[in-house]
Amino acid sequence: MRSFSYSRPTTFDEACRNAEHTRFLAGGTNLIDLMKSDVERPTHVIDIGSLPMRDIADRPDGGLRLGALVTNADTAAHPLVIDRYPLLASAILAGASPQIRNMATNGGNLNQRTRCHYFYDPAMACNKRSPDTGCAARGGRNRIMAVLGTSDACIATFPSDMCIALAALNATVNLHGPDGGRTVGVRDYHRLPGDMPWRDNILQPGEIVTSIDLPPAPFGPHHTYLKIRDRLSFAFAIVSVAVGLHMEDGRIACGSIALGGVGTKPWCVPEAEALLDGRPPSHSLFRDVAERLLHGAVADRDNAAKIRLAPRVIERALWQAAAGTPQSQTDKTIR
Amino acid sequence: MNVISTHIGQPVSRIDGVAKVTGQAKYAAEPHPPGMLYGVVVNSPIAHGRIETIHDTGARQVPGVIEIMTHLNRPHAALFEKSYMDGLGVPGAPYRPLHDGEIHFNGQPVAVVFAETFEAAREAAMLVRVDYERWPHNANFEVALHQKYMPSKTRSNYVPPKPRGDAAAAYALSAVKTEGRYHLAPEHHNPMEMHATTVIVEDDGTFTVWDKTQGPQAVQAYLASALSLSKDQVRVRNPYVGGAFGSGLRAVYNVFLATLAAKMLKRAVRVTLTRPQMFTHAFRPEAVMDIALGASRDSTLQSMIVKGVTDTSRFEHNMENIVIWGLINYRCPNATADYKVAPRDTYTSSDMRAPGAATGVNLLEMAIDEMAYACGMDPLAFRLHNYSDIDAMHDMPLTSKALRDAMAQGAQHFGWHDRSMIPGSMRDGRELVGWGMATGIWDAMFSPTSARARLGQDGRLHIATAASDIGTGTYTILAQTAAEAFGMPLDRIDIELGDSALPECPTEGGSWTAASAGAAVWLACHSLRTKLFAALARCKNAPSWARQDSVKLEGGALHGMNENAQDSLSLSDALSLTGQDVLEAEETAKPGLRGKISQMRKARFTHSAVFCEVRVDPELDTVRVTRLVNAVAAGRIMNPKTAASQIRGAMVMATGMALHEESLMDERVGRFMNHNFAEYHIPAHADIPDMDVLFVNEHDDEVSPLGVKGIGEIGMCGTAAAIANAIFHATGRRYRNLPIMPGA
Ligand SMILES: Cc1cc2nc3c(=O)[nH]c(=O)nc-3n(C[C@H](O)[C@H](O)[C@H](O)COP(=O)(O)OP(=O)(O)OC[C@H]3O[C@@H](n4cnc5c(N)ncnc54)[C@H](O)[C@@H]3O)c2cc1C
Ligand code: SF4
Repeated sequence: MRSFSYSRPTTFDEACRNAEHTRFLAGGTNLIDLMKSDVERPTHVIDIGSLPMRDIADRPDGGLRLGALVTNADTAAHPLVIDRYPLLASAILAGASPQIRNMATNGGNLNQRTRCHYFYDPAMACNKRSPDTGCAARGGRNRIMAVLGTSDACIATFPSDMCIALAALNATVNLHGPDGGRTVGVRDYHRLPGDMPWRDNILQPGEIVTSIDLPPAPFGPHHTYLKIRDRLSFAFAIVSVAVGLHMEDGRIACGSIALGGVGTKPWCVPEAEALLDGRPPSHSLFRDVAERLLHGAVADRDNAAKIRLAPRVIERALWQAAAGTPQSQTDKTIR
Repeated sequence: MNVISTHIGQPVSRIDGVAKVTGQAKYAAEPHPPGMLYGVVVNSPIAHGRIETIHDTGARQVPGVIEIMTHLNRPHAALFEKSYMDGLGVPGAPYRPLHDGEIHFNGQPVAVVFAETFEAAREAAMLVRVDYERWPHNANFEVALHQKYMPSKTRSNYVPPKPRGDAAAAYALSAVKTEGRYHLAPEHHNPMEMHATTVIVEDDGTFTVWDKTQGPQAVQAYLASALSLSKDQVRVRNPYVGGAFGSGLRAVYNVFLATLAAKMLKRAVRVTLTRPQMFTHAFRPEAVMDIALGASRDSTLQSMIVKGVTDTSRFEHNMENIVIWGLINYRCPNATADYKVAPRDTYTSSDMRAPGAATGVNLLEMAIDEMAYACGMDPLAFRLHNYSDIDAMHDMPLTSKALRDAMAQGAQHFGWHDRSMIPGSMRDGRELVGWGMATGIWDAMFSPTSARARLGQDGRLHIATAASDIGTGTYTILAQTAAEAFGMPLDRIDIELGDSALPECPTEGGSWTAASAGAAVWLACHSLRTKLFAALARCKNAPSWARQDSVKLEGGALHGMNENAQDSLSLSDALSLTGQDVLEAEETAKPGLRGKISQMRKARFTHSAVFCEVRVDPELDTVRVTRLVNAVAAGRIMNPKTAASQIRGAMVMATGMALHEESLMDERVGRFMNHNFAEYHIPAHADIPDMDVLFVNEHDDEVSPLGVKGIGEIGMCGTAAAIANAIFHATGRRYRNLPIMPGA
């Protein structure tokens, strides 16, 4: 870790004063790790812990606003979240460990960085860590890397579980910056790597996430978060699927799906979701949806298994949601 | 020795437990001598080449930095001389930290920054830049296999396989044949506590070195010869060790670098490794085994051909016993084995919990399962059918082998007899249920060991030996042994371990400590008793009953017998009467004449039978281990509680071996890439079911003086195979590469 200066402002304007080489510190479960590994090298750290972003509040449209500083643990345990957005609670509980969720915040989860081995190791070339130095993950040990949305410059997976549910819930992200506030759909928040993989998302320098808004989600019990990983807890997804279905008389009125573990960002394909509209659940429908979601997937050296596995996980998740039997995150049996 | 048991064999909780959970127990990185410098190591990012230039100007400007030690400015030491030999090492030319500018492996230390604070040292270490000239390297195991060889000088503990019959001919004639290549990924030990050394420079100029090691006397000898010190100039302490699993068998580079720096800077120094740096030294070698088995129609094994290769570095020849186990454990008239090592430009692979057997037994037991199925015979019945009552490789009788009992009791406990033979035939909802089993075998070793017993004025019994408790429960079982042998309550016994200044004890490893140190403590306590009785007998002012033969020492006091049954004398009073402050006895436990002869004429092993249930979702590639039963035949069990913990811990590790653990080598650079606990997956709680450990009764007077065989490693052997075999039973698919992961 390199020396840095530190401040803990109490107002947004103070916090958002655009400084070079600055990082916001929330729970620190990601940022501090990366600073210890010499991956993040901010010269100034702004601790945002005193900013008023710790509430979960009702929205006039029947939705919910999640403060950026509310911890992942408190969010998943909040009665309104459990009641209205069990999909979100489930996705959060599928991630990390209780200790980490106690520290991790919603804003930090949204902005967490990839777990690419090569990104984490300053001895290796990485475009995301150091622009235009190359991508050592290509042709390397890349079993955990993405198969969708990759570019020549970067194939890193966006690792969050929570954000996959947020994408399926069509949440929006509220930002505050040096030039005031703006709101962005969560599906548009993360960027494809393209030729600028060092930019994970659309956040501008000095901009801060203040809260996340959840629109009403009329899924009832017809949702699930299904995560396949290399051990049964405390591991990032190899493939994960968040599904919410609006069921009417045994048919799917409309549905929402997001994939984790396979994409360079939370992976959503509106055309795939549209296939569900007005159709009864069936194997062939779900297979088509899965196929559409995986369209264009490319494997590198070690990660072809994700392309084989993902459709099966998607189909199972769709069945779980259609049946109204969401995946439990404590009972590891997958039904 | 005839041992009656009040203490030995009781499920005593760890006597060091409170010290550990309250932070009283001091580990290698915890002493804080005044003026101590913090050292942070800079490692090479290339596998082979030469250092061209070291740029350390920026690093030296970090406030608090005292010195940056490299091959260019380090002091001279005997280690750097051509004639130097590494007593702890394996054959070859040992790696010498900061010797010269040549790079032999990725992760090799190239500089150590010493600073007043850890933070300054770490920051400066990040600022050290090194230019390298890169030379060609190979870190690819498949490529290394083409260069496999048998070292001209083999490791002392390597047992060359002894062929019997004509395996090739018998294989050709066999009615049932199986053949396959099995593979095990490299793994890292990853104990909870990372390697660390704190060196204290004493007022008289001697060094006290706190090191995370399994052998304080071995490290003392290493440092003495590496730095041309006499043994009384360096004392090595490791009273507590937060796990090691073999990573502390050899001196890790931090101990040499820290001591060299303390000598150079004349200051106390601490060097700790980070978790990523734990992937820059010892690891369990990657392995392949080609196993061909032949059997006759009646399921009798006729031929066994086992070929194995493990990886080693370019500079040393690390060898393991991976191919011998089937030849020892199965009655098969024709058997042959071949073993070689394959060189890579990496650090030298090394011993990790049950070295050789964890690899060789598990991979072989997967092949045995395939053969049982090829014969159409239940895998347990097949093993019983081909059971050997002797060491079939050496044609030697065994001191004991209660494996039949282990198989029977394990099977009974598990409910094996309800198993349906056909793969894929047991289901629960969407999940396929699989039941698999395997057997385990591991050496039962004994090493000459000394211990001292001392009785003090406070009436406490003090036991000392240079053994290391690496988390296994050694403190506790030695206290039980002393209590039993001396007739003392447990809470009046102090055990001192982990100090090179104590009576000689070999490095902790190979599961021999309980048998060896236990025997030494037993002897020392008996000898001390005898001394005490003799001193009292000579003592004019002692009560007359206490000067006779009919005195007993029980519950920590002397008691009269027969008509003097009412009389007693406390140990402190007894000691006062003798006029001495302390009474002391030191003894060395050796195999003894009978034991030595028996070691030549009889083979000695620990055995086990492991049963496993898995649930597999065949569409999603998920595997859940839902039951594990391990029945172990390990001679006398000193403490069923700590012993069962050892078995359970090893079963967790073996579950990792079967399903999770793999150090991912990027052969383009020769570097292990998943070098942290987020990405190197050891099993989490959710992966581990309730595990049942059974110890079967096995009386063995010959294996070691106390009849103890040791239980630290046997739990690894067979467990991974039982899981793989259960996955086959669930799915009908054979996975011959460990670990078995989603998408395999
Ligand atoms: C061992 C381990 C395992 C894990 N496993 C999982 C898992 O399985 N699934 C999963 O989803 N996650 C997992 N995580 C990641 C964890 O969820 C994230 O580390 C956590 O959510 C980050 O939140 P934080 O508040 O600690 O962020 P910090 O570490 O404080 O910050 C992370 C980044 O977000 C930025 N940031 C934080 N808050 C804001 C804000 N309000 N506005 C703008 N930028 C902001 C920071 O500047 C920084 O760049 C794991 C982490 C660890 C260490
Ligand atoms: S995949 Fe992306 S994060 Fe990983 S090394 Fe390549 S550029 Fe860096």
